Amino acid sequence: MSEESLLSDEFVNQLTAVGEVDILVGIPTLNNRATVERVIDAIVVGLVKYYHRERSVVINPDGGSNDGTIEAIQGASMPDFRTVLASSPLRTMHVVSGHYPGLFGQAGALRLILAAADLLGAKACALVSPDIQSITPEWVEALIRPVLKEQFDFVAPIYERRRFDGLLVKNMLHPLVRAAYGCRIEEPVGNELAFSGRLARHFLEQDSGREDFLRFGAYAWLTTTAIVGGFKVCQSFLGPRVVAEKRAALDLTTAIGEVGGALFRCMEIHESYWTSRQGSESVPTFGFQSIMDLDPVRVNRKKMFQMFKSGVDELGSVLEQILSPSTLAGVREVSKLEEKDFHFPDELWAKTVYEFAASHHHSVMNRAHLLQALAPLYRGRVSSFILENLRAGAPEVEGKLEALRLEYERWKPYLIASWSRNVR
Amino acid sequence: MKDLMMRNLIEPLRAVYQTAAQILPRLLAMAIIFAVGWVVAWVVEVILRRLMVLLGVNKLFEARGLTRLLTQAALPSPAEIISRIVFWLIWVSFMLVGVNALGVVVLQREIAGFVSLLPQIVLAILVLFFGFLAANFFSRAALLAAVNANAPSPRLFSIFVRFLILLLAVTIALERIRLGHGVVLVAFSISFGAIMLGLAIAFGLGGRNVARRILERRFAGDSRDEGEDKDEEGSHL
Repeated sequence: MSEESLLSDEFVNQLTAVGEVDILVGIPTLNNRATVERVIDAIVVGLVKYYHRERSVVINPDGGSNDGTIEAIQGASMPDFRTVLASSPLRTMHVVSGHYPGLFGQAGALRLILAAADLLGAKACALVSPDIQSITPEWVEALIRPVLKEQFDFVAPIYERRRFDGLLVKNMLHPLVRAAYGCRIEEPVGNELAFSGRLARHFLEQDSGREDFLRFGAYAWLTTTAIVGGFKVCQSFLGPRVVAEKRAALDLTTAIGEVGGALFRCMEIHESYWTSRQGSESVPTFGFQSIMDLDPVRVNRKKMFQMFKSGVDELGSVLEQILSPSTLAGVREVSKLEEKDFHFPDELWAKTVYEFAASHHHSVMNRAHLLQALAPLYRGRVSSFILENLRAGAPEVEGKLEALRLEYERWKPYLIASWSRNVR
Repeated sequence: MKDLMMRNLIEPLRAVYQTAAQILPRLLAMAIIFAVGWVVAWVVEVILRRLMVLLGVNKLFEARGLTRLLTQAALPSPAEIISRIVFWLIWVSFMLVGVNALGVVVLQREIAGFVSLLPQIVLAILVLFFGFLAANFFSRAALLAAVNANAPSPRLFSIFVRFLILLLAVTIALERIRLGHGVVLVAFSISFGAIMLGLAIAFGLGGRNVARRILERRFAGDSRDEGEDKDEEGSHL
């Protein structure tokens, strides 16, 4: 798709008025009036504080907000930098809003940002969610510096998470990306990230024809495409990530369907890359990563356990089409355990995820249904994980997660075999 | 008197014997035609299936997305379906020939009627096929949604959805071939209406509070339940 068709005339005019930039920060919005002003303030302060010599622009693609988000952004006055900073901006700061069809979800916003980055010749681009409540100006520095000063092409975030927070990332997405792509990125679907202008152009070139899953899985695609393209990848510590209620309320089945499904699709389009790789490599990490024993997130483990048991019981005919007989037998066996003795082993979980990925690839059934069938099993895994780590400290939990990641790596040949239909 | 009685007894027996002598060979011929038809149909089915597998028919359909449609509806591969259809076509043809061989005028007339109905029957089969696809798809969707919503009796709910869709498909199919024309339509309307009324009453009486909460959440912006659910499921991303 050409840039001309991605950008409206009005938007191009606004960008032309801005001229060439060094840094571009994209904030895609859709009804985020309550939080977006503060996010823009933090970004602007961060740009002035750390990059007051660089030419910067904030791009805001909006998906058709009807809660006054656009008005809030347009009406946002630049903060009085003297009250928060020793320095003042040396260049004019631009905030440019454009519209993308909300129908295309993340993909529409992403395309607009990438096209703008290409048009303005940005050297470093960052994406930031509009609903982050914990953002500070330091996030801008943490995301942009590795690209602008250290010549990295892709910066993934690392968040400071509370215990039992981000369980899908920890139990499935991170280990899967690590084992399949051989890259130890902690947050492969993090919504705050940065990339170089060179990589932005690569994303634009690779983007065509991916509408269907980019709609909700753009972040998984960005991360994996950067890895597969052989770009220099690193990660940067941002601190705690607190989001507004609306996004946090994304339910489990939707989360698995959107993000898990997107990652499975990425594996499909990158098949030739990951099937030929072995082991995994660590990636450089910027920033000081603190390990703190924060209060755990409240999770109703008993309810999850009960939903796992009933799910396995009710979905027998569905799971038979997805899992191999031995894995299904293993799942059924653990579902018979008592709550206090419950344990969903790492090996069984890794094989389960791999068989779901392979069955998704082979389209053994409607893909949305397949991903919905994963939710009850994930509940079982999470229930077991919480039970085992109820009183564990942060280092102990990290040790157990590392054991899980190694298990994923150990069973990678099984994934490849399932993928090419040699198992089942 | 004795002769008369004997004649009255023997005559019917002779008539039965003559009828049987006429019918039995025909019945035998019909049975043989049925059996030969089954064997021929089976042989053709096996050969056709193997031939299609060898020629890669499944892959051809896979490339066009049909295989995915069938697997998603829990149906066998295209080669399997085609070979089974051919089997039934051949066997039914033999059966028609066999029934015709009986020489019963009424049956022959019925067969002629059946042949004239064939286009409608094909349409009805298509309706049933797509009805079956839809029933499988939506019943599985209902099952998964109910399981993930922690709703009571998900399987029952799924069976109900399947039954409803199949009932609709069968009704349309029977309507197509004009079998029990009015009766089927009326029966369907009554049973469908009864089910819906029953559900509405059950939901209204048993789920008043749930209904009120849903309506409040939808129209009054009450989000208390969403917050509670979040706490129970935790944060996954």
